[in-house]
Amino acid sequence: MAKIKNGTVIDHIRAGRALQVLRILGIRGDEGHTMAVLMNVPSRKLGKKDLVKIEDRAVQPSQAQLISLVAPEASLNIISDYEVKEKYKPQPPEKVEGLVRCPNPRCISNKPEEPIVPKLSVESKDPVMLRCVYCRAVLLGDEISTHLVE
Amino acid sequence: MFNSVGPPNGRMSGHRDVVDITDLSRAVLEEVFKVASQIENQEIDLSHSLDGKVMALAFFEPSTRTRLSFESAMCRLGGKAITFLEPVMTSAAKGENFADTVRMLDYYSDVIVIRHSVEGASRFAADVCNSPVINAGEGMMYHPTQTMIDLYEVLKCLGNIDGLRYAVVGDLRHARVASSLIRGLMMFRPDMIYLVSPDRLRVLEETRRSLSAAKIRFEERTSLAEVLGSVDVIYLTRIQRERFGDALEYERVKGSYSFVEDDVKKMKKDSIVLHALPRVDELSPAVDRYPQAKYFEQAKRGVFVRMALLNMVLR
Repeated sequence: MAKIKNGTVIDHIRAGRALQVLRILGIRGDEGHTMAVLMNVPSRKLGKKDLVKIEDRAVQPSQAQLISLVAPEASLNIISDYEVKEKYKPQPPEKVEGLVRCPNPRCISNKPEEPIVPKLSVESKDPVMLRCVYCRAVLLGDEISTHLVE
Repeated sequence: MFNSVGPPNGRMSGHRDVVDITDLSRAVLEEVFKVASQIENQEIDLSHSLDGKVMALAFFEPSTRTRLSFESAMCRLGGKAITFLEPVMTSAAKGENFADTVRMLDYYSDVIVIRHSVEGASRFAADVCNSPVINAGEGMMYHPTQTMIDLYEVLKCLGNIDGLRYAVVGDLRHARVASSLIRGLMMFRPDMIYLVSPDRLRVLEETRRSLSAAKIRFEERTSLAEVLGSVDVIYLTRIQRERFGDALEYERVKGSYSFVEDDVKKMKKDSIVLHALPRVDELSPAVDRYPQAKYFEQAKRGVFVRMALLNMVLR
């Protein structure tokens, strides 16, 4: 697979989770980025892994934190002029604010008329479990990508 | 001791809210019980302890005992209560959001007592208000002050909360008094909790998970008869008709269990029957005359517990 000139490579994504990572990044496929998504490829470290390369796309720190929740082993490589400019492993946050919706439809944080920012505390990092600070409903790691704030 | 939630606008932090029973430590609960007992036994006089204080009762759902016992408690402490009888008589009926309503109450009072069907409403109110917020029943999970009353009644009747065998019976899926009591019991060391309900009304998975995490012994049953003679406390709940989205679903479970005179005769002599009331058909009035029936005494003691709590929150 060709190297990208500028952009982001997200490596060591837990096998089968690349599509969740793309959802966190808000990538639907029609943005025009040159992109590669590899899934279930052999990995010395993980046995199998997924990998995502995106040309001309930076990852926001808040997105990196969410990625660390669905793909705890993931590493981010910032590519500039074909070189790895920076490499880091995003750390899971203690609290997720304004990024993920509470899964409970009866929760006040899902009422559009209220001036409220959804807040979930990270109760467990492995397995990932978030808890709404308002109604205490639980959101599991696999559900994060389908509960992103639009 | 109390949960401290700083409002996001940074106006003030560290106020004392009671949103969930687990916001309080066991030590705080025991302090509430101690003061409630002193009030009940007329060992202390708190009749002027909250002179000049105002409590706002914001009840967005119906209530008899909870609202009136809070009001009675505040009056007996020297304070005053302001209230709206029905949300339909407020600007909420004109489309005002909840945040604006409680902000207004924050300016008018020193403590806000909230009942709401929307889950998380009290925690959100605690975020936007400077005054302490007390949850007086919310959604299907939370009713911390009722749990305090339930535990206090157990303590007064049986001398202890630890080491007892409890049967929580009925609509364990929807009854917030049951969910809240189970979480409250996790702060103590019950010998066993039997969760007795029809299959369709079984406890939520979250409650099951919490009990396991807290290493509390529990068993789920569909029949009370199997445990009737071995438990110390039977806690009955009514089927929460108002929480069923589907009327047909309610019809399927309606009348599916009932505690009657024959049941109370099979209980241990020193065991007790509790119910947060109101009852419908799950608890026969014929049980009322037996010494095990403690639910009216439980309701009476609600005033002492809420006096102790208000006194603690506001002083």
